Amino acid sequence: MEQANTEHSHGLEMDPQVEYSSSKLGMWLFLGTEIMLFGGLFAAYAIFRAKYPEMFLEQHQELNREMGAINTCILIFSSLTMAIAVTAIQKGKRMMSAILILVTLICGLGFGVVKYFEYGAKFAHHIYPDTSIFFSLYFMMTGLHMLHVFIGLIVLGVLMVLTWKGTFNEKYSTPVELGGLYWHLVDLIWIYLFPLLYLIG
Amino acid sequence: MANHAVATNVYVPFLEKKGILSWLYTTDHKRIGILYLISVSFFFLIAGIIALLMRIELLTPVSDFVSPHTYNVLFTLHGSLMVFFFIIPGLAASFGNFLIPLMIGARDVAFPKLNLGSYWIYLLGTVIVLIALFQPADTGWTFYTPYSATTDTDVILITLGVFVLGFSSILTGLNFIVTIHKMRAPGMTWHRLPLFIWASYATAVLQLLATPVVGITLLLLIAERSLGVGFFDPAKGGDPVLFQNFFWFYSHPAVYIMIIPAMGVISEIIPVFSRKPIFGYKAIAYSSLGIAFISFFVWAHHMFTAGISEVAATIFSFLTFLVAIPTAIKVFNWTATLYKGSIELHSAMLYALGFIFLFTIGGLTGVFLGALAADIHLHDTYFVVAHMHYVMIGGTVMGFFGALHFWYPKWFGKMFNEAVAKLAWFLVFVGFNVTFFPQFFLGVQGMPRRYATYPEEFESLMSLSTYGSWILGLGVLIMTVNLINGLFNGEKAPQNPYGSLSLEWQIPSPPPHENFEEIPHVTDWPYGYGKKKEVDA
Ligand code: HEM
Ligand SMILES: [Cu+2]
Repeated sequence: MEQANTEHSHGLEMDPQVEYSSSKLGMWLFLGTEIMLFGGLFAAYAIFRAKYPEMFLEQHQELNREMGAINTCILIFSSLTMAIAVTAIQKGKRMMSAILILVTLICGLGFGVVKYFEYGAKFAHHIYPDTSIFFSLYFMMTGLHMLHVFIGLIVLGVLMVLTWKGTFNEKYSTPVELGGLYWHLVDLIWIYLFPLLYLIG
Repeated sequence: MANHAVATNVYVPFLEKKGILSWLYTTDHKRIGILYLISVSFFFLIAGIIALLMRIELLTPVSDFVSPHTYNVLFTLHGSLMVFFFIIPGLAASFGNFLIPLMIGARDVAFPKLNLGSYWIYLLGTVIVLIALFQPADTGWTFYTPYSATTDTDVILITLGVFVLGFSSILTGLNFIVTIHKMRAPGMTWHRLPLFIWASYATAVLQLLATPVVGITLLLLIAERSLGVGFFDPAKGGDPVLFQNFFWFYSHPAVYIMIIPAMGVISEIIPVFSRKPIFGYKAIAYSSLGIAFISFFVWAHHMFTAGISEVAATIFSFLTFLVAIPTAIKVFNWTATLYKGSIELHSAMLYALGFIFLFTIGGLTGVFLGALAADIHLHDTYFVVAHMHYVMIGGTVMGFFGALHFWYPKWFGKMFNEAVAKLAWFLVFVGFNVTFFPQFFLGVQGMPRRYATYPEEFESLMSLSTYGSWILGLGVLIMTVNLINGLFNGEKAPQNPYGSLSLEWQIPSPPPHENFEEIPHVTDWPYGYGKKKEVDA
């Protein structure tokens, strides 16, 4: 069984190895709670789709597939740039990593802009969260996801500045890795949301 | 880091530093534990006073003390404060914080800053709920739709408070899991961990996985009221029972978030005051995990009368019976530990014995309720009220009081008056039974819960229950005064007053800021009382 290697440490500084694996474990646990949080909405989706298949079939046509598809591509691409950013900082390529995080951030912003126009178009057609069960789900699911994107943007912004300033290097890049994990989750959730909401039937 | 800096630090107890900021910005797990202890005790007392008011109303069959609406508000506040602000964070956050690093031989939790952050979030939730007290809701602590979606009272504020609190609970659970995995001292293998740690671990898993579900449920309820979302509204095609499913998916596991830490406390107190190794260490340890696991699959036993299908009801009834197995395993192992032990009736031990006795009644009546035919009759009656109080007061609160008396010398470095503590225990024990045992009979006779008035035939048992609540209240008052008095006038506590083998007793009382001068090497389990016995690692 694994043993914490805190034997020789004095004071509160943790052994870097232990600190690293602790942070990693903590982040995975956090992602688990995120999945349970969205899980509630996914469960509601499954129940109501089984109950009202026609409503879902009919009303999903109001959604803009092209915009949804563009956003899916944007997020997948941003996950890729984030993954490379993590590898880069692990190899000590600070500049490259910072630029890649910036690209990820711009993608995230792009996602938000597209979503802004989508929501705007819905409101213009007088479609609101209380229009129907389908749109309740649509707004709650994408809304909660958008909130996560927003938090992700803040995290990415901070990471970018810190990477730029040289806080991280090949020996210590835990926050970048954790931020990357979070961003991948945000991406993953969208990858489920897109077909469930936009591609019915 | 190979340099063994020789520890020549002078001993400075962690309580030494004064000033409010040194508390609000502390990352010391022992201090954060105290912050939680004060906060949850505060809510326990407030919600307790509200309960006494409710019992006064119930002294007579008519509503003469408060109006029926006020009564609804009172039981809503009592339930929500007790459940979400006292009993869920209660033992887990206060004693969990204090004990986990001490017991596993660490200097602090894995993420001390996050730990402080969790407390701040708890405070934020507290502030929201204190504001909500001025416009209280009247939905009951379960916030059932459709009523909670339509009542004129302010449901949003209090649910928002509970929602915020959920984050605190999640982050605390996360912190503890990582701490237990990563921060154990050398030689502290899984099977040498004190059973309180196993219990805390199981609790943390529940906090982590169940709490987000109540989070999203409350968020949807808020959206229902503010945005007109219709998931729970039949008029919009939604389903009010869906709310119950969501709510209990969290709230049944949550009853184990409440009780498992108390079970951990009992597993620590019993062997020390029986001077015997704990019986069935592994069975107790793994049954915590077993309970946690099964508790995710029984939620619909709260909904047997809500129109769920017969097949579903039968399956959930069967699964509910399963929970009783790991629960009973614990009770049998505690009694086996007591068997032929040289028992010392310290006040903490009295609470532990009270726990075993009362929790058994609570657990068994839970099995009655899990039986379909019986539940159709007993659902939403005083039988359920009695059941839940036997498990929550008879179980968790006994465990909480036991923990307070047991670790008090270690935590505060002072002793309380033992004779007064025993008197208080006696009043609490008697008062509790006089209050709640009659409620089983009331329930069987058909007295429904959540009413300010009742038919006259129930008056004798109802007023008996109210008299009991006064004895109980007096007991808690004496206990509180005794413990607070000990802080100022108590004698200085020795390092290890009970001759316990667990790590936290091998350092000064109160512990120094970073707990251990030298991280200990653990070579044995902490229950080797009397004869020598080692559980393999
Ligand atoms: C052997 C273990 C247990 C079993 C089999 C069990 C079973 C049940 C059942 C079937 C109900 C639903 C009754 C109804 O509404 O008709 C119930 C209610 C309840 N139980 Fe338990 N229970 C157990 C342990 C616990 C524990 C450990 C706690 C808390 C520490 C607890 C707290 C509650 C509460 C608060 C309610 C009432 C919820 C409400 O307000 O409607 N139970 N229990
Ligand atoms: Cu339950």
